[in-house]
Amino acid sequence: MAAEYDVSALRVEGLWKWFGPRCPRCSTGREEALERNYCPDCGTVYALRDLSFRLFEGEVLGVVGESGSGKSTILNCLYYDMEPSAGAAYLSSFEGGESDVFSVSAQAKRTVRNTLLGKVYQNALLGLKMGFSSISNVAEKLIASGDRNASRMEARAVELLGHVNIPPYRMRENPEFFSGGMQQRVQIAKALSNNPPVLLLDEVTTGLDLSVQAKVLDLVKQIQRELGISMLLVSHDLGVVRMLADRTVVMLNGKVVEAGLTDQILEDPQEPYTQELVHSML
Amino acid sequence: MNRERLYNFAFFDEGSKREVRRAILKAVAIPGYQVPFASREMPIARGWGTGGLQITLSLVGKEDVIKVIDQGADESVNAVSIKRLVVGTTGIRTTDDAREATIIQSRHRIPEFPLARGQILVLQVPMPEPLRFVESSEYATKRLHAEKEYSGAYLALFEEIMKYGRVATGADHPVLVHDRYVMAPSPIPRFDNPKMMRCEALILLGAGREKKIYAVPPFTKVASLDFEDHPFEVESLEGRRCRRCGAREVFMDEIIDDASGGAEYQCNDASYCASRTRARAGAPASGGG
Repeated sequence: MAAEYDVSALRVEGLWKWFGPRCPRCSTGREEALERNYCPDCGTVYALRDLSFRLFEGEVLGVVGESGSGKSTILNCLYYDMEPSAGAAYLSSFEGGESDVFSVSAQAKRTVRNTLLGKVYQNALLGLKMGFSSISNVAEKLIASGDRNASRMEARAVELLGHVNIPPYRMRENPEFFSGGMQQRVQIAKALSNNPPVLLLDEVTTGLDLSVQAKVLDLVKQIQRELGISMLLVSHDLGVVRMLADRTVVMLNGKVVEAGLTDQILEDPQEPYTQELVHSML
Repeated sequence: MNRERLYNFAFFDEGSKREVRRAILKAVAIPGYQVPFASREMPIARGWGTGGLQITLSLVGKEDVIKVIDQGADESVNAVSIKRLVVGTTGIRTTDDAREATIIQSRHRIPEFPLARGQILVLQVPMPEPLRFVESSEYATKRLHAEKEYSGAYLALFEEIMKYGRVATGADHPVLVHDRYVMAPSPIPRFDNPKMMRCEALILLGAGREKKIYAVPPFTKVASLDFEDHPFEVESLEGRRCRRCGAREVFMDEIIDDASGGAEYQCNDASYCASRTRARAGAPASGGG
């Protein structure tokens, strides 16, 4: 199967994100200039520091690490919810992987976001329009990618919502009346609506009860198998990563401290931080 | 005391008029784009037509003839107050006849008589932002317009199809102007939307409370938003006939007869109806202010 993994669906190179003014001390990028990811002189926080990784086609890449290690910031930058400070990213589905998706025009960015990416937010409030019906929420991405046929979009939305087990009699309801697990499933349906080659998942199961967690995870796994979508899976839950991810990167203070096959990382962690993380698993 | 001494011609000082005219020029240059302007304090409350009134006052000259309508009526309180303010500060002539007026300030209707070259229609706008329903932040909607990202406007229509089986906009159905900007046509009925398409007159829209002016220059393409399988439709007037003038195919008010409980219909555009009634009675068609 290794041959299929040769093509990278997403390539990220030298991604930086900092919050603050930066000063001569911390802009050198030297490790010892910072306390964890914080510059004590100017107060700049470094959320991502020179991050590079590849996501291969059809692969699920897990990103683990403690709160504040920069996991979600990666997804925010990739989905244009946040502007990166420096760095480049290439999608194989966008201009043959030749163009940096961070430096294209605002209109091209919308196209990338609306047609080539899907994102499931940790907080459904960010990913859904709570005052619109679930069908409309799914259709929103189709409308954004240029579809102007209402019945075709309705049929697609109904199909996807059925796929994520939203009962037909509730599809016209607003997600504000749904439980957290149902909202998360509507988000997944929305993210999948136009078959994006890359799906970004931010803590999809956090805050859900265990039985719902299992259902959502099953669903993600099933979708990945059936549609062969590449997924970037951010989670602080090692159990989720173990179940879904082929490879895993471990982040700490905005940097990757360890990367490798998920089993390898969980069974035989090399870095002290990863060892600590794995050993604190319940 | 003499009125002329109390107020400059057309109420505003010349500097204010120029500022409003500058915004109008920019609006005409970019059809459908909402131009921010320094909305003035007016002697009527915001939300009562101050946007339209500021446009009218900044444009009016001594030779102009003005018509003011409020949902089709020339004689409602709001229309009369605005007319009196304009006349009181300019001394110009008013008319009820849409064909005779050079400036028509209107709340929520486009007259039934087709507008002609050289006329100016000024529409009062309560909510100029067509995307506000889906995006509450002005910062965000400015960017959506800049990037021609109008899925929000379509989403609102799609949601109506999902909930009611059809597009259910009662008024203010969004339009795409000159294939570029999506615009709120002000709360005119859908029936009036097609009148904007390649209209010979200049259409100016003013929102005093929201501090925006926008425009549809003469002969501009104005298309109502719709879906392939739900094409834009005006309100159905099938079988309706004005009880006074006998007109069909105009926008009607429904009047319920208290005694019988039955519905009767009457032209919403009062001066159009009156001129038809007069013409039928053999009197001159023109109405006077």
